[in-house]
Amino acid sequence: MNARELLEIADDELILGWRDSEWTGIAPSLEEDVAFSSIAQNEIGHARALYELAARELGTTADELAFDRDPGDYRSAPLVEQRRMDWAHTIARHYLYETADELRLEALKQDEDPEIAGLAAKMDREEQYHRLHARMWADRLRDEPRFRQALEEVWPLALGVLPAEQRAALAQRVEREPVAAVERNGHSDDLRELWEEMTMVRRSVPGATW
Amino acid sequence: MSRPQHDHEGRQAARPRSPTASEVWDALAEIPDPEIPIISLVDLGVIRDVTVEEDSVRIEFTPTFLGCPALEVMRDAMAGKVRDLGAEPDVRVILDDSWSTDKITPAGREKLRASGFAPPAPRQVQPLRLVELQRGFRCPYCGSSDTRLENIFGPTPCRSLRYCTGCRQPFEQFKTI
Repeated sequence: MNARELLEIADDELILGWRDSEWTGIAPSLEEDVAFSSIAQNEIGHARALYELAARELGTTADELAFDRDPGDYRSAPLVEQRRMDWAHTIARHYLYETADELRLEALKQDEDPEIAGLAAKMDREEQYHRLHARMWADRLRDEPRFRQALEEVWPLALGVLPAEQRAALAQRVEREPVAAVERNGHSDDLRELWEEMTMVRRSVPGATW
Repeated sequence: MSRPQHDHEGRQAARPRSPTASEVWDALAEIPDPEIPIISLVDLGVIRDVTVEEDSVRIEFTPTFLGCPALEVMRDAMAGKVRDLGAEPDVRVILDDSWSTDKITPAGREKLRASGFAPPAPRQVQPLRLVELQRGFRCPYCGSSDTRLENIFGPTPCRSLRYCTGCRQPFEQFKTI
């Protein structure tokens, strides 16, 4: 796995971590407030570790990769960029992303670079809890028309998280028919807006040590 | 009272000796976990190795969760302890799967229980299942196993929330990793 591919995963985890944190304080129940806040923290932790590996190869630092690139240079998938959605769409994204991420980690655990494989194994331990949470909600909402509609809408975006060769496995795992994926090229206005907020403090005093 | 050490020709020793690995371990055992201060970093099992070299002490440290905000605090505290012993710290954060909650020492598990945290269940080969998390854990207050999972997630990444039906006490549990 090269630095560019690592950045795709790191960017997904960072941006989704931000999106998940948008539920802090306003989730439908206190328990979900805690859950999405904790999941957000894990995802951003994974992003940091991945940026550190990529930074070594690229001769930069994790912070520079996370905050000093232009929004157009991020490699995140359109799925994770979508701004806070209603609960049905949030759970649809959560369920499909965590399942896609499971497949991605399974492949990454076999990477020839032992540092990447080792990190993937550690991430996967933590992600098990995200998957339990996502599946519990997907089961609970299974027969809700709004949730089924949300799955339809989010599905092409979810396929775009994975490289083409892993998409059939995702379709099988979530029991859906494959459709044309929304690829990771180009970004929505949602990402630009998130980037403005995410990098605001760092841009306010360039080079400062906090 | 100690006097400055002199060698047999009467010169004052130029600098103190390097600490031994066992002195470093003892010093690290004094560092409390920043978020669960009842337990030390050594109890927690996050220090994988200590190697004393000529002027420096290398510590291999494995974080519990990758997003743990206490990581920097732990790293700085370990570096501080090594400096107190007169050596230069080289703390390396190891980002692999070598830490598990199975590494928490028996003393550490007992300290967790005594302060109201249910210790983690052993790591299993097969993936976690929700049904296994939902039942069977003992309440650290009254010992009843009539407890239920309230939330997989809790106030920090490493904790879940549970409730004891026996003594009507909410409590936290260390997640198995």
